[in-house]
Amino acid sequence: MANVLVVTSGKGGVGKTTSSAAIGTGLALRGHKTVIVDFDVGLRNLDLIMGCERRVVYDFVNVINNEATLSQALIKDKRLDNLYVLAASQTRDKDALTLEGVGKVIEELKQNFEYVVCDSPAGIEKGAHLAMYFADEAIIVTNPEVSSVRDSDRMLGLLASKSRRAENGEEPIKEHLLLTRYNPERVTKGEMLGVEDVEEILAIRLLGVIPESQAVLKASNQGVPVILDEQSDAGQAYSDSVDRLLGKEMPHRFLDVKKKGFLQRLFGGSE
Amino acid sequence: MSLFAFFRDRKKQNSASIAKERLQIIVAHERGLHSQPDYLPQLQKDLLEVIRKYVPIEQDQIQVELENQGNCSILELNITLPDR
Ligand SMILES: Nc1ncnc2c1ncn2[C@@H]1O[C@H](COP(=O)(O)OP(=O)(O)O)[C@@H](O)[C@H]1O
Ligand SMILES: [Mg+2]
Repeated sequence: MANVLVVTSGKGGVGKTTSSAAIGTGLALRGHKTVIVDFDVGLRNLDLIMGCERRVVYDFVNVINNEATLSQALIKDKRLDNLYVLAASQTRDKDALTLEGVGKVIEELKQNFEYVVCDSPAGIEKGAHLAMYFADEAIIVTNPEVSSVRDSDRMLGLLASKSRRAENGEEPIKEHLLLTRYNPERVTKGEMLGVEDVEEILAIRLLGVIPESQAVLKASNQGVPVILDEQSDAGQAYSDSVDRLLGKEMPHRFLDVKKKGFLQRLFGGSE
Repeated sequence: MSLFAFFRDRKKQNSASIAKERLQIIVAHERGLHSQPDYLPQLQKDLLEVIRKYVPIEQDQIQVELENQGNCSILELNITLPDR
């Protein structure tokens, strides 16, 4: 059975696209045929993060409008055989995506893939609604910061009431919390909400904690999903999260302040 | 309390725990709002009109809330009357 996974948050800039790229790639690395779909109409970015921006010919809206077939629009990843990207349209027409059109494309993707990862736009309006509507599972990307946590809670309310599963009275969407841009040092100093705080407020299962990391910018500069940077803290944290998503028990790492090396202590500076 | 005292008192608590407290309150409040029945805003308007027949009050002087308590709900009506 194909699994439709939405990566959503309410708030913008919290790490949805970074996480969609990392988790989609992680699923493919573990042998699952996966497609990552960019729902951010007008602000296409997943292609850049995945490093396939120059190979976009047709997009999501072209498929909905029957201007291209799905197989023409799907972009095959250069690194992994079983990983594909469906790019968002750069049109400024907000109504380019329709519930019916999206439903048709998702249905067709489910015939061909094990995982359909939907990278949601920010907000709680139409685009975000369409991205989550057909989902079986949701990854709520949250930063340890008041407005992000509040918006995540709003999004949880919408998942529980405005999704297809909710409307049909089916089993509810399975929700996962992904806490990103976490800074253990600031948490220790009492300047930032801790994992337990956010878990307590949102009361959903914790999928993972991704530390604030320089590896993320570096990976996006190069068009390589950060999970492929196996040496990096963020890459490893995403890797653990994908394992948990697939049901493996993994201890949480990177929650504590890194012990500084001797030289770093001597000369200061941050890594 | 003076503004100075306000900030001085807050300083004793670290900012993350202030954030947590504020979030717990607002999130609980908003969850309540969204699980309220759809007829509540209309009920509030109708009540406002009835009361205005007798006392001049403003929209924000009337509060209608439904609170769930186990197997029953309590409709709480709060009306602030103008100074006499
Ligand atoms: N763990 C992280 N550490 C450092 N920077 C991050 C991290 N996650 C995301 N970012 C940065 O935050 C910005 C927004 O990320 P993005 O994934 O585009 O968010 P969204 O899709 O939610 O708008 C980007 O510049 C990205 O590089
Ligand atoms: Mg994005």
